Amino acid sequence: MKNKFIIAIATLFVFSLGCKSDSDYLDIKPTQVLSPELAFSDPTQVLSILADLYNRQYDYPRLTEWVTFGDFNESFYSENGQYNNYHGNSTWGFRGYRGPDVGGRATYFWTPWDYTYIRELNLFMERCATATALDAATKASYIAEARFLRASYYFTLTQYYGGVPIILNSLEFNGTDVTSLQYPRAKESEMYDFVIKEAEELKLLLPANSNTKARATKGAALAMESRAALYAASIAKYGATTPSVSLSGGEVGIPAGMANAYYTTALKAAEEIISGSAGAYSLYKKQPGNLSENFAAIFYDKTQNNEVIWVDDYALKFKRHGFTQVNQPRFGAEEEEGGRINPSLNLVQSFEKLDNTFAPLATNDANGDYVYYTNQQDIFAGRDARLGGTVIIPGSSFKARPVDIWAGVQLANGTVISGGERGAQKVLPGKTVPEQVVGFDGPINGIGNTAQTGFYIRKYQDPAIGSGQRGVGSAVWLVRYRYAEILLNAAEAAFELGQSSVAAGYMNQVRARAGLVVPLTGGDITFDRIVHERRVEFAFEGQYFFDLKRFRIAHQVFDGVALNKTDLLSNLSKATKRSTQPYSLLPYKYYAPGSPNNGKWIYKVDLSNIVTASDNWQLGNYYSEIEPDILTRNPKLVKQPNQ
Amino acid sequence: MKIKFHYILFFALSTVILSCKKDNFDAPKAALTGRIVYQGEPLNFEYNKVSYELYQSGFGKTGAIGSIFTPEGAFSHLLFDGLYKMVVPIGQGPFVWKQTGGKPDSIAITLKGNTNMDIEVMPYYMIRTPQLTYSSGSVTGTFKLEQIVKDANAKTIERVTLYISKTRFADSQTNVATTNLAGSAITDLNNVSLSVTVPTLVPTQNYVFASIGVKFSGVDDMIFAPVKKLTF
Repeated sequence: MKNKFIIAIATLFVFSLGCKSDSDYLDIKPTQVLSPELAFSDPTQVLSILADLYNRQYDYPRLTEWVTFGDFNESFYSENGQYNNYHGNSTWGFRGYRGPDVGGRATYFWTPWDYTYIRELNLFMERCATATALDAATKASYIAEARFLRASYYFTLTQYYGGVPIILNSLEFNGTDVTSLQYPRAKESEMYDFVIKEAEELKLLLPANSNTKARATKGAALAMESRAALYAASIAKYGATTPSVSLSGGEVGIPAGMANAYYTTALKAAEEIISGSAGAYSLYKKQPGNLSENFAAIFYDKTQNNEVIWVDDYALKFKRHGFTQVNQPRFGAEEEEGGRINPSLNLVQSFEKLDNTFAPLATNDANGDYVYYTNQQDIFAGRDARLGGTVIIPGSSFKARPVDIWAGVQLANGTVISGGERGAQKVLPGKTVPEQVVGFDGPINGIGNTAQTGFYIRKYQDPAIGSGQRGVGSAVWLVRYRYAEILLNAAEAAFELGQSSVAAGYMNQVRARAGLVVPLTGGDITFDRIVHERRVEFAFEGQYFFDLKRFRIAHQVFDGVALNKTDLLSNLSKATKRSTQPYSLLPYKYYAPGSPNNGKWIYKVDLSNIVTASDNWQLGNYYSEIEPDILTRNPKLVKQPNQ
Repeated sequence: MKIKFHYILFFALSTVILSCKKDNFDAPKAALTGRIVYQGEPLNFEYNKVSYELYQSGFGKTGAIGSIFTPEGAFSHLLFDGLYKMVVPIGQGPFVWKQTGGKPDSIAITLKGNTNMDIEVMPYYMIRTPQLTYSSGSVTGTFKLEQIVKDANAKTIERVTLYISKTRFADSQTNVATTNLAGSAITDLNNVSLSVTVPTLVPTQNYVFASIGVKFSGVDDMIFAPVKKLTF
């Protein structure tokens, strides 16, 4: 009886609750997806959308992928998996090297083509404009930031592809005519004009605040303008030397007549930052007593760093990377790995001497005998301080721990005693007890994660405790624009406009910070000087790649001919100097009891036998391939030249 | 056990019966083969360098069938019968490919069964009478160079290179020793000579392959002499 009653009550409840109308009952708001109205109903929510858009800028190199750093024989890739890709392969694909797969699709380093990102930037601006929850000032500043990101991304695309379709509002498919969504490529000059025009408008909308690094500022807009105008100018001027790298519609290539106007714009934008109107930017000079450490600190010092203009910022526990973990000196490191990027001798020897001259590192004297050095670092003495800030040289320290880089013991009779493992021990002649004959950091040919060229990378390595641990990681930021570039942009533009002494003035500021205090005069500034200064100042910052392209010298530097020692050690100042293979500089300890040179160091120039190919830059490499799949979807896109 | 056997029989039968619909297409059968020639004489290239594209219209998307000429300048495809167009993209190959308004001219190909066709092009230079010889530890290459393209498209010789390799691929990507001669250093086009010392081969072998390549200024791809095996 009682049971029946309970069942009856239960049934009643079912009826009472089940009587809602179906449409109300079935129409449930999804809990995982925010509608645009909901997403733009809260200012902090909008900020997080904007943060995501910041995060999707395309950088090359990227701190999360170490292989993006050291290409073009500026370094040797000391990891077993990379030898064949980078040192056994003479050509670059038209899309660059293959990166990690994303969502099952292959990615390549030189193909940032992402119109989804552009669409979402456009949508963000449109939705922000109509959002009711934001006040007018916030709205305007968010839209300005998104506009900056869009201009910056179009600039990135232009650097890789030349002209691409410029889409400035979100496109909707009308259901019938797909051709309404197909846009042709803009001219390469129109791309740069767009970026310059946006920057000119944005500099009035963005805050002039040199303490804001991770978000768009007036300084960032002007820095972008100066770089973009300079790239356009040099493509116009030097593109004339490679007439086949152009398209008749102007999608690739800029007429030579436009060069001067672009150089003028580049100089003007750079001087606007130099004048201080965009905020208090200046060269980083906090450690005048140690210029090498001072140079390295530009990249890891995040407090009151007035050199840095715009960065991709990192924060421990939220967004971190393992650059130090994969590149730290291996011996005694926080993790049993590191040492992947080994700067090559090609780069190391191009750092000047303090008297502004170029010379190879003195391994042998005029008679061909070895030069004996008491300390390992002595061979590098009297050079540009940026060397020590860019490269960990033998005998130097990282995180207060000396590196142990030496390839073996050299006997007086010419025999070399070395070992096949790090820190190997052998009995030297005349002794009975085995002792160490090779460094714990290598170099040992073929042993990855050690300094196989005799060098480790210093730039972007994080001196913080724990930065080399997998579980902690590093929060060093990726510098996109910094003040030294503004000075060198101004120097290059001034030089090309015939104002050599102005150019020398700007360049001398950057050089003096590196200890090169003997000033250059206007007459010293040449094309080779400009290219060289950028190569050493911005080594491993990604600029070298774009400089090689815009000066149209890549096909001369990588001409597919093996680099012999004579060529390696001569013409150090020349921009078109061949650099098809990465060389090493190996330190050896001299062992000759009784000789005054016993225990001193000698150096040998060497080419690893892992380097079997000589790099060959094809004319088709100057502009990245637009993938066939993209071309077939939009027949209005024209193909790149020489591909 | 018996029941399990029934199940197996049932599934086997259903597989046979249900999958009997015609769900396969015929494989392409028509072979398109040919070579790149100058006056009937085949040209030699480098492995994986000179590309070409085949197009067939009328089937939706207009993507190319892209491929690369073999070192002997040959191409081959298995295709369906139909109309195709072949182009060599501008800037590819050490030869002149006709173009109109910045776009490469296409060659129409009507494919019906196996087709062999050679394609005539104008190389910038031809390597004539290449002699590759081995004597006492070094390989010597002697040859003549004949300029073919002399109009506005003419190119100058940047360098000539002698490659030796352990395998049949003797080119800039695979070699054990090379020697170069700059184009400006060539005094007599009818008598160009290069020689290179054979390095120690590991593991040892009593033969090497050798070839000569010519690089032109402003052109990526080199023209080669046929690879020759030299036994010693």
